[in-house]
Formats: sequence, structure tokens, C-alpha cells
Amino acid sequence: MSGADVREAITQAHRGEWARVVAALTRRFGDLDIAEEAAAEAFAVAVERWPADGVPPNPGAWLTTTANRKAIDRIRRESKRDDKQREARTVYHDDPPEPPGAIEDERLRLIFTCCHPALAPETRVALTLRMVGGLTVSEIARAFLVQETTMGQRITRAKAKIKTARIPYRVPSAEDLPDRVSGVLAVLFLVFNEGYLATGPGTDPIRHDLSAEAIRLTRLIRALLPADGEVAGLLALMLLTDARRPARVSATGELVTLEEQDRGAWDTALIAEGHRLVRERLAAGVAPGRYQILAAINAVHTSARDVRDTDWSQVVALYDQLVRLDPSPIVALNRAVAVAEIDGPEVALAAVDRLADQLVGYHAYHATRAHLLRRLGLGGQARAAYDKAIELAGNTAEIAYLTRRRDQLGDRSRSMPIEGS
Amino acid sequence: MRYLVSVIFDRPGLATPDEMAAIAGFNERLQEEGHWVFAGGLGGPDTATVIDNRGGGALVTDGPFVETKEFLAGFWIIEAADLDVALKLAAEGSRACNRKVEVRPFL
Repeated sequence: MSGADVREAITQAHRGEWARVVAALTRRFGDLDIAEEAAAEAFAVAVERWPADGVPPNPGAWLTTTANRKAIDRIRRESKRDDKQREARTVYHDDPPEPPGAIEDERLRLIFTCCHPALAPETRVALTLRMVGGLTVSEIARAFLVQETTMGQRITRAKAKIKTARIPYRVPSAEDLPDRVSGVLAVLFLVFNEGYLATGPGTDPIRHDLSAEAIRLTRLIRALLPADGEVAGLLALMLLTDARRPARVSATGELVTLEEQDRGAWDTALIAEGHRLVRERLAAGVAPGRYQILAAINAVHTSARDVRDTDWSQVVALYDQLVRLDPSPIVALNRAVAVAEIDGPEVALAAVDRLADQLVGYHAYHATRAHLLRRLGLGGQARAAYDKAIELAGNTAEIAYLTRRRDQLGDRSRSMPIEGS
Repeated sequence: MRYLVSVIFDRPGLATPDEMAAIAGFNERLQEEGHWVFAGGLGGPDTATVIDNRGGGALVTDGPFVETKEFLAGFWIIEAADLDVALKLAAEGSRACNRKVEVRPFL
């Protein structure tokens, strides 16, 4: 086996086995901290030994055994140092036999513990990426633009809270499961969105590592909870969104809107997979949740070979369905964008203006207004709205796009009689 | 595992008769299900006295140790298997006393 093959085998093992090793060790030793450290050590040993000894026939079992040994070493060291028997099992879990049909994968316990509602949302994200995703603290810190020490402290505090407050290491009861799954999906969607539209100057506009990680973890949840419609919906939504990534930023680093994207550059394999999931959910005949509706909207967009072929009435109908589930102003804003394609920009603008109080601090509100005002020939007002949108936007590619749009407007609007309104 | 469920409130005054009845019902349930350790309501912050005897002579100060808008109005100490159980009970307690609560584990 060549060096490159061994490196590839280690990468594969890391992707496939990290969460399993951490979960198995947490279960056995009852301590997230010990599990995390021992798993990291086991992978370090693999990096050292596999190039010389060869890749073991069952890498997962090798890693678990090695990590187990490392964990026992640490517990022995600590009990010697403390000169008293350390209680090994410090994370609490129920041990009764699983009811028939219950989900048994250890990784699920890990995910639910990392996404526990008693932890702050940003902590859930960090802990999930570390414990389940296997990202290093410095990778997570870079992804969320915080100091490595800050991120390290956040994760350490979370582990301490899990231990001290006794956040249970288990899959929630059937009664609590829907709520808790939606908490997990919210974490994954947050990671995906940060990857898809990264914020902050000096950041790549698209952080593919983050969106790819979110997709990978959602696939894992999907494998563990295959009957959950919202899990399928979120996966489909991510795939159909990620499929457009190749067309989403221009060579000059500018965001390309859905209308202007080169649809030939879209990833057809991801679109096919996303469409399959959407069809599967339609066939299930169960009222869809938020992610399933968003996936269906994206399925409509990705079904149109040309933007002019978009079935806008279908898009508006889906947004109507979404508004009933989630009457948030952001959903209403997105609905208005589709309404403009059917009822015209004037009707849409009236709908958008009704959201002013709630969305005045949101860049997309101003960008949408600017777009509609431009279409209505109200150049002066459009310019002011672009200015506001640029001021509030955080993504570098989006700022570049909005700036070009505003500047194009400049030439024409100066000659327009309605300027200055 | 024991948890302190602190009742947080921002106005002086006692619970209303309806709240008192709901609290009594909740307390009964805690006792029946083996979660009960102790509970009580506290006098307002203006009834507090701070003592500092670290230096020898006990220094007595009128008032609470820290002035805040929200204060500890009462508490439960409950026995619960884990945080999920404690949070469920705390949610019921919050509804019964009609006030915000905070959950903290005993070490």
C-alpha cells in the first residue's frame, strides 16, 4: 500500500469511525472528556503506525480497542495521581434494556447529548462538530471566527456542564423525540448555512468544508432515523441547495442570484438525490414540516431548466403552506419574492413593506426591496435600499453583487425624473 | 441527584391564592413521586441582612448582597435522576408558581 493509500485509509477511518469510537467510549467510561481524548490519541497512533504496520483489516475495531486502552491508561494515571479510586462512570445513562424497535446506535446518544436544549445554541454547534464530526478545536474556531482558546473553553465548559448537571447520555423518550430531533436538525442547518453563506470579511464566501460536514452528519441522522420526514426534508434541502454551489459565485467573487445562475453548472447527481427524497416524502402522505416544504420549493427551482420555466404558482403555494407552519417575517419576505413573479413587483413590494418593523435590520429585506424598486423604475429609492443592504450584509460575495447592482443603477437612475424621492 | 430550583421574580408581594393552590398541588405531586426534598418561599430582598465575619468582627449590613432587579423569591430542592427529569419538574413548578425558575445541580 502506498503512503497516499494509507493516508486515504486514515481519512476514511476518521470520517467513518470517529463518532462511533467516541460514542462507544462515552458509553463505556461515562465521560465525554475521556472519550474525546482517547479517540484523538487512537487516531494519532494510527497516523504513526499504519504507514509502517499496514492498515488493519478492521480499522474501526482497531481504533476502538486502541482508544479503550488509552482511556484505561488515563483513568489509571489519574487515580494514582489523586491517590484515590476515581469514579469512572461520571456521565449518567439509563441501562435498562432498550424497548423493542428502539434506535440502538450509540452515535445517536452522542448527538442528542451534544444538542441538548440546556446548552447554548452556539455550544451545541461546537460540541456536535467536535464530538460527532471529529473536527479539531482549531478547525471549529476558524469556521466560526473565534479564537482557538475561546472555542476550547466553550467546549470544555459544555463538557463540565454535561457532567455536573447530569445531562443524560441517551436517546430521548418517544414523547420528547420530535422536539429533540428538531433541535438536532436546527444545529445541522445552522452549520450548513454558515458554510453556504459565510459571514465576515476576509472569509471565503462559501465554506464548503462546513456545508459538506453538515450534509455528512445529516446523512448519518438519516441512516439512524430513516422514517423521520423532517430529517429527509433537511437532507433534501441541503442537497438541492449545495447542488447549485458551482454556479453560485462568479469568477470575480460575486454572488450570482438564482435567476442568473448557469444552470448547466448545477450538480445533477445531487439534484437527482434531492428530488428522490422529496418524492419519497410526497409518497409518504404525511403533512410535511418546515424542512420538507423548503426542500419542495428547492425541488421546483431545480426542476426548471431555465428560470423562465419556473413553476412560480407552485412556489407560492408551497410558501403559503410554509406560512401556516411558520408565520415568521422571513418566510413572508421569501414568499413575496415569488409573488413578484406572478402578481408583479408592485404587489410584492406592498407585501415586503408591511414587514418593515420586523426586518429593518435584516440585509435581505433591503436587498429584496431594492430589487423590486429597481424593477418598478424607482431608481432613487432602489439606490437607498441597496445602500442599506450593503451596509448590513456580512457575506463578501453578496456585498460585491449588491454593489454592482447599485452602481449599474447609478447611471440610469440619474437620468430618471423620479430621482430623489 | 439533587437540584436547586430557584424561583426568580422581580416584584415584591406574595403569590396569589390561585398560585398558592397550584404550588400546593405541585408540592403534593413531588412528595407522592419521591422528588420532594424541601421547599420554601423567602422574604423580599429588603428583609435581607448581610454578615461578613471573615475578618473577625462580624460586620452587619442591611440589605441584599447584590442589588438586582430580579431576586430569589423562593426555591425547591428536588431529587431527580438526571437533568431531563429535573427540567420537566422545573417546568411544572414554573407554571404552578407562575414565575421564572433556574435549575442548578448540587455537587
